[in-house]
Amino acid sequence: MAIDNNTVRQIAFLAKLKVEPDKLEETKEEFNKILAWVEELREVNTDNVEPLVSVNNESLTLREDKISAGHNAKEILANAPAQEFGYFVVPKVVE
Amino acid sequence: MSELVELTVSESLKKLRNKEISAVELTQAYINKMQDNAKYNAYVTLNEEKALEQAKEADKRYQNGTNRPLEGIALGIKDLFCTKGLRTTACSHIIDNFIPQYESTVTQNLLDDGAVFLGKLNLDEFAMGGSNETSYFGPVVNPWSKETKLVAGGSSGGSAAAVAAKMCAAATGTDTGGSIREPAAFCGVTGIKPTYGRCSRYGIIAFASSLDQAGPICKDVADCALLLNSMAGYDAKDSTSSKVEVPDFSAFLGKDIKGLKVGIPNEYRIDGMNEEIVTYWDKAAEILKNAGAEIVSISLPHTKYALPTYYVIAPAEASSNLSRYDGVRYGNRVDGNGLDELYTNSRTSGFGKEVKRRILIGTYVLSAGYYDAYYLKAQKVRQLIKNDFDKAFEKCDVILTPTSPIEPFAIGDKKMLENPINMYLNDVFTVSVNLAGLPAMSLPIGLSKNGLPLGMQLIGKPFDEGTVFKTAYQLERGANFVRM
Repeated sequence: MAIDNNTVRQIAFLAKLKVEPDKLEETKEEFNKILAWVEELREVNTDNVEPLVSVNNESLTLREDKISAGHNAKEILANAPAQEFGYFVVPKVVE
Repeated sequence: MSELVELTVSESLKKLRNKEISAVELTQAYINKMQDNAKYNAYVTLNEEKALEQAKEADKRYQNGTNRPLEGIALGIKDLFCTKGLRTTACSHIIDNFIPQYESTVTQNLLDDGAVFLGKLNLDEFAMGGSNETSYFGPVVNPWSKETKLVAGGSSGGSAAAVAAKMCAAATGTDTGGSIREPAAFCGVTGIKPTYGRCSRYGIIAFASSLDQAGPICKDVADCALLLNSMAGYDAKDSTSSKVEVPDFSAFLGKDIKGLKVGIPNEYRIDGMNEEIVTYWDKAAEILKNAGAEIVSISLPHTKYALPTYYVIAPAEASSNLSRYDGVRYGNRVDGNGLDELYTNSRTSGFGKEVKRRILIGTYVLSAGYYDAYYLKAQKVRQLIKNDFDKAFEKCDVILTPTSPIEPFAIGDKKMLENPINMYLNDVFTVSVNLAGLPAMSLPIGLSKNGLPLGMQLIGKPFDEGTVFKTAYQLERGANFVRM
C-alpha cells in the first residue's frame, strides 16, 4: 500500500507538522520503505485473535471522586511561553 | 578520593553506615569524575550544588541514625523523568526550557530513600532511538571507544555511559523497546526493565504508554536489586501501575538455581548475527548449566513479526502522546498566522527528524481507512507474541538470549543512518519483551575481539523479577566481567 505525495501532505497536516516541498519526495520514500516493511504483518493469520490493548490484566480501580490536585494556576502557567491575566495566550480564533 | 567512585552502591552503603566515608566526599568524588569525563556528553543538566546539599543532609542522618535505604547514594537521572525545579527536556528542542513543577513518582521514591541527584542524563529525543544520536544535545560517546567514537546505545545512552565511566553510582533509565538493555549492553553495565506496571509512569515524559517502563542501570546485579526495591511500587497516580506485592529483590541474590529451566529460543539464532555473540551465548548457557540449571530449547514462532508490530504500535502511541506539544502550555512557541500555524510552526521547529518521522507514521496508521489494516492488525499480532511467551514459560522458568545482535558501532555510521530500518533491527531481541510486558535484564558477558562489551539478556515471567535476579547473579559470577 504505497502512498503518494498528497497523502504525505495530508498526514503532515493532521499531525500539525510541515514537510517542506523539497523534502516531500524523500519523506514519501522513507515512509514507503517503512510501510513495506510493516506490511509483513499481513502474512500472519489473526483470525479469531483478540487485539492486545494492555498487558496489565488487573482491572482499573475506581477512586473517590474528590479533587487531589488543583488550585495551582501559578504552577500550571509556570512554563507557558505566553500568558496574560492568569491565562494561556493563543492567537485570536473568533472574529 | 578517586577510588570511591569504583565502589558499587552496596559497597558504598556499607562504608557509609560504618562511617568509613562521608556522603559529601562520595558525592564530590562523582562530581569530580563528571568534570573529568565531560567529553562523553552523558549529562545535559548538572545539579552539583543541590547534590552536595543533599549529601550534607545524608551525613547528618548517618550521624543521628535516621538514614534511609539509599542514603547518600549519588544517582544520575535520565532526562525523561520530571524533577521538580530541575530542567527536564526529553533531549528535545521543543521543551528544552521546561522546569517541572512536580516530581515523578519514581524519582520521588528515590529521594524519599535518601538518594542524591547529580544531574540529568542524555537520551535519544523523547527516547526514540537506539544510539543516542537523535538527542538535541548531541550523541553520547561510549566510554569504551578506542580510536573511533562509538555510540553508547539508546535511548538511555547517557545513563549507561555515566554508570560505565563512574560519573554516578547508578542511574535511572526507561525502556520502551530496549532502551535500558541495549545501552547497558553497549557500555558493559547492568540494567533491568521490570514487568510493565512495576514502576509508576507518573511524571515520566510519555513515549508509548503501553510499552514504557522505568528501571535502573547499575554497576552490577546486586545494585539493580537495591535500586529497583526503591523505584517499584503501586501508585494511585498511574492507573496502569500494579498492586502486585513488590518483594525484596536483594533476597534472590545468591539463591540456588539447581533444576531451574533456562529456555533458549530457536528463532533468536538470526542470520548475520555477530559470531562472537553466538559463542558468548553458548558460554552463558554453559555457566548456568554448571550452576545447576537445565537448558531447554523453546520456540517463539512470531519473533520475526515483533519489530514490525512494534513499529506500528510505538509510533501510533507516540503520535498521540506528542500531540500535547502545541506551543501553548509549555515549550517551544513559534507564532504564525492563526492558531493552526502556531501549532505547526512550534512543532515543526521543535521536533527533530526521527521524532517527526515517527509522529507521521503513527498518524498514518491511526488514520481513517488504515486503522484496521495497520494498528488493529499489529495489536492482534502483539497478542500472538505474548501467547508465544506464555507457551514458552510452560517449558522454562527464564529465557536466555543475547541483548543485541551487534557490538557498539561508530557514531554517524552510514549504514545505520541511510535507512532507519537498519537501526530499528538492532532491537530484534529486546522489543518482544516490551510487547509482552515482561521483565528482562541485560548484563555484560565479556568483550569482543575489538575489546568492546557484549551483553546477555534474561527474560522472566510477569512479576517474576526474582527469578531473573537469581539467575543473573549466577551468570554474573560465572562471567566474571571486569568493569571499566
